[in-house]
Amino acid sequence: MSDFQPAGDGSGLRVDLLAIADLIEPSSRVLDIGCGDGELLHFLSGSKDVDGRGVELSQAGVNACVSRGLSVVQGDADADLANYPEQAFDYVVLSQTLQATRNPRQVLLELVRIGRRAIVTFPNFGNWRIRWRLMAGGRMPMMGNPGEYWYETPNIHPCTIRDFVVLCRDLGLSIEHQRVLDGAGKAQTVRIGGSWANLFGGQGLFMLRRP
Amino acid sequence: MTDPVFSESGAPQPVHGGESITFGENSALRLDCGIELAQFTLAYQTYGELNAEKSNVVLVCHALTGDQYVAGTHPVTGKSGWWNLMVGPGLPLDTNRYFVICVNVLGGCMGSTGPKETDPATGKPWGPSFPFVTVADMVRAQVMVLDHLGIDQLFCVIGGSMGGMQVLEWAVSHPERVFSAVPIAAAARHSAQNIAFHEVGRQAIMADPEWREGNYLLHGTHPHAGLAVARMAAHITYLSEAALRRKFGRKLQDRDTLSFGFDADFQVESYLRHQGSTFVDRFDANSYLYITRAMDYFDLAAEHDGNLASAFRNTPVRYCVISFTSDWLFPTPESREIVHALTAEAANVSFVEVKTDKGHDAFLLDEPEFFKTLVGFLNGAANRRGLKGP
Repeated sequence: MSDFQPAGDGSGLRVDLLAIADLIEPSSRVLDIGCGDGELLHFLSGSKDVDGRGVELSQAGVNACVSRGLSVVQGDADADLANYPEQAFDYVVLSQTLQATRNPRQVLLELVRIGRRAIVTFPNFGNWRIRWRLMAGGRMPMMGNPGEYWYETPNIHPCTIRDFVVLCRDLGLSIEHQRVLDGAGKAQTVRIGGSWANLFGGQGLFMLRRP
Repeated sequence: MTDPVFSESGAPQPVHGGESITFGENSALRLDCGIELAQFTLAYQTYGELNAEKSNVVLVCHALTGDQYVAGTHPVTGKSGWWNLMVGPGLPLDTNRYFVICVNVLGGCMGSTGPKETDPATGKPWGPSFPFVTVADMVRAQVMVLDHLGIDQLFCVIGGSMGGMQVLEWAVSHPERVFSAVPIAAAARHSAQNIAFHEVGRQAIMADPEWREGNYLLHGTHPHAGLAVARMAAHITYLSEAALRRKFGRKLQDRDTLSFGFDADFQVESYLRHQGSTFVDRFDANSYLYITRAMDYFDLAAEHDGNLASAFRNTPVRYCVISFTSDWLFPTPESREIVHALTAEAANVSFVEVKTDKGHDAFLLDEPEFFKTLVGFLNGAANRRGLKGP
């Protein structure tokens, strides 16, 4: 939720969203949960002919999306996913939102129920900078928006990359693809799964499906 | 539904200058109540130009007390049309781009067949013998108008309140003829509270001795008092507590102290009385009874085995559902129910709740956020449909 940069490839898309877009096949059906102002959906419908839908909590975000011609409803990942039918989308995207949900476990199950593939990104709370801040300063690190203290952050369920992998295993979800991104969302070269990823990765990017 | 139009004269006057079609014996309309309407007229207005492909048609569905004069000058009242902020060159429903049609609903009183028109079988006004009509009947009648005009598909069906009910009925019963649908401040069924308010209005009309069991036209009387009270009660439901407080507070009307009488001491009273008295100049009391009943009977899920989602199964229609935060007549949860049913069918739906303190009437007013999202939705749909820009 911080330090994001444009891709610098001319698309203008945030780099972490570009990493997601790379995983999505052209002409597929995509549901983007927590779609913000519709940046990813707008890019996908323009460059990949994707039939996109969005869910967004903030009214300003929804209005911005609809104003640019996207199909987006106001709702949130915890409450509104149960309305969607099974396997209605090729991909369900949850980017930088999992840690802010009330019930991440249930949300993950809903993602793979609604979509044939779920693409999830989240900030890695196992990153060494966070560990260091907590250890050296003895105070909760700011992992949300800059200047946002522990009592303000919407990130009520932070996790590490290792935590996430363990949860996927416990839920019986297949990890089809996994990448480590740096804090800005750029791909890192560290191999995930190992301790190095959990220590140096800024974000985790996973593509999941039901077995 | 706030009355932006005022007239100085008495009873509703005949309508001039509009288009109308009269359907004969061979095109009878079978109503939900079981009766066949053999001869009837539908009055409508159009704005803008129909393109060669007939692909730029926007059907506007009017609300309970609206009519087909959405823009321009109203021929009866001499005031602006009820959606003159929405329909016109450069406005959200841009008449340089779209061909806008609005049909006076069946049962109405602005030129379409309703209780104040003459029953061809008796040569007398229909009055209380007019058959009961439903929202679905209103839509059936509109379908006949479009067939008559040779229009196969509507680019968009749009309307607020009862207009939104017609939008839903259109999109559900004729999905192949609707490219996009915009129900605004509406619901898939009329709530108990709304039925209750309507009943108060109807009882006020029927308690007026001038109503004469609905036969007032035969007796040359008019239940103006009852109709005005019905309008006043309904009008409160179109506003919000915050809007009333902002607009009137407890301010006194043309006086500095209380009168210790039942005069309109307060500005809000004076305002409501004005709303009531101007309304009776342009609206027929029996039409009010019939159309409120049509809204009460509306229940889209009931037409589909009680399951709203199944009404939308495999719908190809692009929906944009809009509600307003301070609308307590058709509150946001009613719109959300429609949205949930649509998402359950993975339908193409957008949903926006517009923040405003203007209550239900917000759909008639200048709400920049409302207009902006609507224009965005329409542009997105128009691009998909391949409609040229203005």
